[in-house]
Amino acid sequence: MTAYLRPRDLAEALDARAAHPDWMVLAGGTDLMVNANHRAAPAGILDLWRLAPVCFVRSADGALAIGAGATWLEVERHPEVRAHAAPLAAAAREIGALQIQARATLGGNVATSSPVGDSLPVLLALDAELEVASVRGRRRVAYRDWCTGYRTTGLAADELIVAAHLPIAGPTTRTTWRKVGTRRAQSISKVMGAAAITLDGDVVVDARIALGAVADRPIRIAAAEAAVRGLRLADAAAAARAAVRAAIQPIDDIRSTASYRREVAENLVARFFSMS
Amino acid sequence: MKLALEVNGEPRAVEVSPWKRLLDVLRDDLRLTGTKEGCGEGECGACTVELDGEAVNSCLVAAGQCDGRRVTTVEGLARGELLHAVQRQLVACGGAQCGICTPGIAVCAAHVVDRGLVAGCDDATARARVRELLAGNICRCTGYQLIVDAVIAAAREVAS
Amino acid sequence: MEHARPPVPPVGRSVPRVDGVAKVTGRAQYLDDLDAHGAWHGATVRSQVAHGVLEAIELDPAFDWSEVCVVTAADIRGKNVIALIEDDQPALVPIGGRVMHCDEALALVAAPTRALAFAAIRSVRPRIAPRPPVFDVDAALAGAQQLYGPSGGDNVFKRFLIRKGHATDAELDAAFAAAAQVIEGRYQTSPQEQMYIEPQAMMASWQGGRCHIVGSMQCPYYVHKAMKALLACDADGVVVAQSVTGGGFGGKEEYPSMLAAHVALLAHKAGRAVKMVYDRDEDIAATTKRHPCRTHHRLAIDARGEICAIDIDVVMDGGAYLTLSPVVLSRGVLHAAGPYRCPVVRVRGRVVATNHPPHGAFRGFGAPQTTFAYERQIQKLARLRGEDPLALRKRLALRSGDTTATGQLLGASVGTDEVFAAIEGVAGAPPVRDGVNRHGAPIRRGRGVCFYFHGAGFTGSGEQRLAGRATLAATGDGFEVRSSSAEIGQGSITIFTQLAAAALGVDPAEVHVIDPTTSRVPDSGPTVASRTAMVVGAVVDRAARALRARLEAWAAEHGVTGSLAAIARACVAKAGGEITETVTYEPPPGIAWDDATYTGAAYPVYGWAACLVDVEIDLDTCEVAIQRCVQAVDVGKAINPTIVRGQIEGGTLQALGWAVLENVVYKDGKVANANMTNCIVPTFADAPDLETILVEVPYPFGPGGAKGVGEIPMDGPAAAVANAVEDALGCAFDELPISPEAISASRPRWEAP
Repeated sequence: MTAYLRPRDLAEALDARAAHPDWMVLAGGTDLMVNANHRAAPAGILDLWRLAPVCFVRSADGALAIGAGATWLEVERHPEVRAHAAPLAAAAREIGALQIQARATLGGNVATSSPVGDSLPVLLALDAELEVASVRGRRRVAYRDWCTGYRTTGLAADELIVAAHLPIAGPTTRTTWRKVGTRRAQSISKVMGAAAITLDGDVVVDARIALGAVADRPIRIAAAEAAVRGLRLADAAAAARAAVRAAIQPIDDIRSTASYRREVAENLVARFFSMS
Repeated sequence: MKLALEVNGEPRAVEVSPWKRLLDVLRDDLRLTGTKEGCGEGECGACTVELDGEAVNSCLVAAGQCDGRRVTTVEGLARGELLHAVQRQLVACGGAQCGICTPGIAVCAAHVVDRGLVAGCDDATARARVRELLAGNICRCTGYQLIVDAVIAAAREVAS
Repeated sequence: MEHARPPVPPVGRSVPRVDGVAKVTGRAQYLDDLDAHGAWHGATVRSQVAHGVLEAIELDPAFDWSEVCVVTAADIRGKNVIALIEDDQPALVPIGGRVMHCDEALALVAAPTRALAFAAIRSVRPRIAPRPPVFDVDAALAGAQQLYGPSGGDNVFKRFLIRKGHATDAELDAAFAAAAQVIEGRYQTSPQEQMYIEPQAMMASWQGGRCHIVGSMQCPYYVHKAMKALLACDADGVVVAQSVTGGGFGGKEEYPSMLAAHVALLAHKAGRAVKMVYDRDEDIAATTKRHPCRTHHRLAIDARGEICAIDIDVVMDGGAYLTLSPVVLSRGVLHAAGPYRCPVVRVRGRVVATNHPPHGAFRGFGAPQTTFAYERQIQKLARLRGEDPLALRKRLALRSGDTTATGQLLGASVGTDEVFAAIEGVAGAPPVRDGVNRHGAPIRRGRGVCFYFHGAGFTGSGEQRLAGRATLAATGDGFEVRSSSAEIGQGSITIFTQLAAAALGVDPAEVHVIDPTTSRVPDSGPTVASRTAMVVGAVVDRAARALRARLEAWAAEHGVTGSLAAIARACVAKAGGEITETVTYEPPPGIAWDDATYTGAAYPVYGWAACLVDVEIDLDTCEVAIQRCVQAVDVGKAINPTIVRGQIEGGTLQALGWAVLENVVYKDGKVANANMTNCIVPTFADAPDLETILVEVPYPFGPGGAKGVGEIPMDGPAAAVANAVEDALGCAFDELPISPEAISASRPRWEAP
């Protein structure tokens, strides 16, 4: 029979995580419970749903802190997110549909680390930092260093994700995001892009460009970021397009084709610049 | 695992695996068959219930997570024979055909209407919001048009 | 005789659905809701190979089989066949028999719990010697493998040839040679999954040697006929009942017979009731889809701009077994020339066996496929001539007094002018060509129209052969309608209630339409072919009139007065039992159809429709957004306008989805997108506000003037979308789906350099 624990606080959760690395860490369940009837029952469930210490959204010291247990509905509706990380609110609104957003959490999206995770390119573009904890203590990891392979991350077997910290962009930085899915809602991404573009007038000072669904993990396009530095926006659009085209190797799969993904990825990134 | 939960305002107790889906607890253990299974993967919304006041897919909720929580199913929308405005309008507007998606739609729409999620905006905006908020409920019969009409009518009823 | 205040005639009124409250409260009981206490759960062992010979079925000895019942073909007492048109499809592949498609049923298990049943099927090891599969229709036609018919043949399940205005191919060639212009096109439509939200579900039990089947279905008597053959029993040996059914769209026309066979076999061997409810993934993978279709269409016009010759070649992929393919092809070819005047027409059609899972019935039933082709052709004609697309269609359209491709002289109830007027009345200015959307992406907008028709009821003498019957009964406690028509969401219970109440002259509340169970209702024919209101409704109407006349005559004779219900109570009491009237369908006069030459009156009447679609295409992503869709449909008479609107809107969105969003992808003959995540249908957010204009040009032989409406809305919109995309981008899209990938791949054809 599957064991079950609903920890009262983070310490209890971390103890359980360390003691039972084979237990399923479950919050919203929108990924782990798919076709549950056909999955082998886990040895135990560590239920983090509504664990207070990881359910929050707040800003402090020039950064937005979002608890791993915050649902996408909470993220989307929070005035601080809308003010300081608008692309994350936009991404939240296009995750599944209402019933999914009411349960799916930021921590779940990050832990699952699917190549088509909707919020992940935004975390990359906004240069998020993850806060993780274990019985051994807490540490921070830059999200750009987090994904190490297909659905593999830097999370140790005894760790839990506590929060994501997003530096609040200055007034000269424009942030944007767009998802191209299979339909208008309840859709898996075919291509996703997110960008943070810092301008001096119409000259690009700095850019962070992230894409999802074009690799085995969300990726930053370093070549495009280098190519646009110092360019006027119109030239930056063309340079970014060429760099993206050369940098990515998307695949054919059941939902779309490599050539479509490549073409749309270029278009999205170029548009981010021409729209800035 | 012994679970104690409130379902449609009544305290209920069951003994099930914490891994069992809430959908199966409702249908099999509590014999509340109004909530339906259409896909098992959170795509169709036929299994929608309200859990602690949020509309969720009950096929994606583990029973253990429901201990001490409040669930409302389609059976809990009406007050005796007095239908919820959404139910009444779905009948009046022709928003139900084969009816298998209807319980999930009724629960989600009742949630939307009772929370005022489409209140205070013009008709076109309200209709677009209804479509976005109900997009997690798939209907294959109606083409959605008469359901949108019904939810808008129910929202007007509740607002007045 | 004193009458109560006459009730408001219910025909033409949008009375609320009889089953509406049960459905919105969750009280309506679908198969999986029924109390199945003590029933075991069934599951199916399926082939993972598309073509081969089943050598053995082995059970893993390490598995505990003590609480599992296993059934193979060896357990079948009667014929191992799902009887339909031909007896080519087995219920279970026998040892030594051929496996013809992926996910074909090889063996069955039943166990006390679903989990144990799933575990058991994973422990069944079929051994199949593979043979080369054939998935391409041209390879099948070339005889790459013998799949159907004699060795060395072309694997054609069925072929048709329609000739009008010419006797030989040479004459046809001459007509084309004399033409001023010829438009030639090749069109390809995709397979489509019905995606009823209630998966296939069935339960069987045996009581006193008799098999009781209950489940989700459209045609209880199809299941009944199939079970008689399988169980080698007579009509009384099996009873089939329809449970509340959560959608069908054709997908539950014949497949339920397979599922019924399976639960019946399991229940017999297990000695207890067995229930089987398909998982969504299994349902998508194993059950029937819309036939993929390739149409080669040549259209010739003369110097006056009139169509002078049409030559069409239709090839459909039938999948592994014949099932309903001949009838799907029949409807496809009968609609292929479209609702336009043309003196010389040749239509050739073939439906071919391949190793895909069998394709089957889906709303429209061949007509959407060939309609797509002809409406694209007409659009190309309009572009070539620089003529307004609606004006050209109006000019060339069939009207009363014209003859169709089969030489049928059109008479009453031809709503051509009315549907054009309706569309023109609301069309408004076309959308502005260029713009920018909220993402800053450039957009292109376009408008497409189409005009189309759909024959209502069974082809030719089909309705006469079916001889559908319905019974009206006075039970002493109201009036009962008894027919085998299955409520599947289309509103048949409510429509029959209205028709019977109107004919009886009573309040609809006094009429009860009983659930179709073969032991209690006559065979009214299947719930398909847009025939339920028009054909069965007419029989219900006549039976009600006959019952009323009989009761009133009895009342006059015995000096009984009061309402019809009071008379009925008295008459029933006197007779000591219920009073019934059973009526058989009578075809309208003048339906002469020659099955051998495929000439004459193919259908008693046609529905007529026009559709307008506005699209907006994002040029960064090539996504097509349907901004507007208007359908004007001549339905004869809307018995219940809200229900009719609902049918039109549902069919319209299925067609719009088929055009841009939906697809079934096969990989090595297996459905590769067999879940709801990847086999998508439109959501609320994908659908525009649909505009529906009901046009009524009454059909004299339909109840209240009504003619079939269930399928017609499916036929046209896909072509209208393709026409709109062509209008927006300036190049042709002749394959479905018109996906973003397809538009993106053809950028060189439409993007300005």
